[in-house]
Amino acid sequence: MIFDSRKKVIPFVKHRKKFYIFTLIATLLGIVLLSTAGLNLGIDFESGTRVEVMAEETLTEEKVMEDFSSAGQGYEPDDVTLAGESNQMAHATFIGTLTQEEIFEIQAYFSEAYGSEPSVSTVSPQVGQELAKNAFISVLIASLGIVIYVSIRFHYLFGISTIIALIHDAFFIIVLFSLVRFEVNVPFIAAVLTIVGYSINDTIVTFDRIRENLRATDKIKNFDDLAYVVDLSLTQTLSRTVNTILTVIFAASAIFVFGGEAIRSFAFALLVGLIAGTYSSLFLAAQIWTDWKWKSMQREKKKPKKQEEELEPEI
Amino acid sequence: MVKKSRIISFFVIVIALGVLIAQTAMDTAKGINLGLDLQGGFEILYEVQPVDGEGEITEDSLQATVSALNQRVNVLGVSEPNISIEGENRIRVQLAGVEDQQTARELLSTEANLSFRDVEDNELLSGADLEENGAGVGFDQNNQPVVTVTLKDGDAFGEVTEQILEKYEAPNNRLVIWLDYEEGDSFVEESQKPNPKYLSAPVVHTPLYHKNIQIEGNFELQEAEFLAEVLNSGSLPVQLEEVYSNAVGASLGEEAMEKTIFAGYIGIALIFLYMIFYYRFMGIISVITLSVYIYLVLLVFNWMEGVLTLPGIAALILGVGMAVDANIITFERIKEEIRVGKSIMSAFKSGLRRSLSTILDANITTIIAAGVLFYYGTSAVQGFAVMLIVSIIISMITSVYFTRLLLGLWVNSRIFNKKPRVFGVKESEISDL
Repeated sequence: MIFDSRKKVIPFVKHRKKFYIFTLIATLLGIVLLSTAGLNLGIDFESGTRVEVMAEETLTEEKVMEDFSSAGQGYEPDDVTLAGESNQMAHATFIGTLTQEEIFEIQAYFSEAYGSEPSVSTVSPQVGQELAKNAFISVLIASLGIVIYVSIRFHYLFGISTIIALIHDAFFIIVLFSLVRFEVNVPFIAAVLTIVGYSINDTIVTFDRIRENLRATDKIKNFDDLAYVVDLSLTQTLSRTVNTILTVIFAASAIFVFGGEAIRSFAFALLVGLIAGTYSSLFLAAQIWTDWKWKSMQREKKKPKKQEEELEPEI
Repeated sequence: MVKKSRIISFFVIVIALGVLIAQTAMDTAKGINLGLDLQGGFEILYEVQPVDGEGEITEDSLQATVSALNQRVNVLGVSEPNISIEGENRIRVQLAGVEDQQTARELLSTEANLSFRDVEDNELLSGADLEENGAGVGFDQNNQPVVTVTLKDGDAFGEVTEQILEKYEAPNNRLVIWLDYEEGDSFVEESQKPNPKYLSAPVVHTPLYHKNIQIEGNFELQEAEFLAEVLNSGSLPVQLEEVYSNAVGASLGEEAMEKTIFAGYIGIALIFLYMIFYYRFMGIISVITLSVYIYLVLLVFNWMEGVLTLPGIAALILGVGMAVDANIITFERIKEEIRVGKSIMSAFKSGLRRSLSTILDANITTIIAAGVLFYYGTSAVQGFAVMLIVSIIISMITSVYFTRLLLGLWVNSRIFNKKPRVFGVKESEISDL
């Protein structure tokens, strides 16, 4: 896995139109999917009903599920957690609010079957929604902060390209979660935030190299010169990109395979996000920057020419 | 000439750190407070409303509520309750390892406003007339548990009972004892129900000039004890409305934790193996600095008395990734410099210098994002941000300066001069100058 930049520079920029079109189609498909199928929102984001049952003997999740299905017209809780010293308690959560009759049916059944009346409470989705909204707004404000910092240290075009990559990565995980119907819960938000962090890190590292190579280049005469600098930078940082992503993928897949049920969808989100993040920093962010940079260079060429002539007539 | 002293200092540093970590790592890891999602328990978010829907919620009333809740939680014997004010009118209660969640819920949310009323629901005595810490549990003639309360003023009860006898005739000569009477509750309606909301409605036969009152409410012993505790820990100045609750079974949390730790070991082991495989000697250095990094993060997090949750683990993974990344960026730079044909020592120097600005920019940008998340975020988002900031700052120290120190000792000992293979660079890759 040695990418020797002196022997071969990989033409990342040349095929950018294909990447743009691919990304655009994927994004459109994603929007369609999100607007039709939506997300499989967990109890954190949906209003729901929580039924707490208590039995004399130890319960298992299967037993509780079974009992719910034989209660009245049959119910299927969306989630069952066991509690109590020897698991003689169970909390079953239903997404969506149950009607009075339904609650009555469940209570009647369990009073008989378990010998104690279950308690039923409703939860509001408000809190989970607020958390998601809050995370969303925070990411937007954070993006603004990044643009400002990158504009000062680099150039604002780098900043905007970083943000595009970041939004792409976060969006991609959300779409994939819509596709595989994994539950969207609070850990999912943490995963999206993690990916946002990686995305920023990854893009900045490649941009840093572009900036450095750009300084070392004497003169950019045409688009190909600019494209070469970008290709060279991407090729030079390629082994770093691959190695870093590989090491993190090791960690994420270990959690995916060996971690518990609770953390599995989180690890899945991380894995997907890492792949999306690598794609966007190799095939999207730098290419977008190249196009914009070239346009802004041409604009500058046209405008300040007269001034230059006036100021420095001796050249 | 090889300077052996530098290599000896390297081993001294590494062995000293190894001993330190081996001796304290377990205690440090155990000392970290785990969140509910990792150890089981439950949390409730309450929206605070003024009693009777009047008045405003002030900072003071929120504080008073929190301290009253803390006292009540002590009754449950929860080791580390976490009760915090969120926003302007919310209180989050997190109870780890509570087994009887239903009792806990009742204990928390009851206002504990005891009131004595007549059959037309006019208040005659309220919680304010009770002696502080005057509640207890007793038994009546039939050996049924009763709750006893003490009034501040014995005459008051006499006057009240007299009033009832004057105003009402049997069967309406009752003194109705309510817990958490709400506007709209009515004795007439409740008395028709099999489970009336009031505690009891004893018939008054003669005026009673007592300070001590027995409340018979067909209690189980546990219920009676519970009520007495609640009355002793004081009534809440506000009404609590449950807006969110989340329960994690203890076994589920424990299992999640064990599996996550196991998965973490595997993940870290894979990273270490890959680093050694790919970067050879520099990989070994990075294994040392990464171990120190993980140890330091846990140590600092412990000092900060942070609560480790699932989002926190996410941030820790991100931190490990960024620490590895900082190492990889540096090592790749050093390799590049070696390939260009520089001597090992000058490749090391310029590699460090050139990689530093990259690492700084990448980390500072991420810290800005984490800072914003911390400032504007709430609960889970904030927990993530705190861990991320701690991780990044420590990774800058270990992956930049500590790696520099350790690697520097070897490089400056000149033992690797003209040995590019140690750094994973083949002689054939080096361009001639």
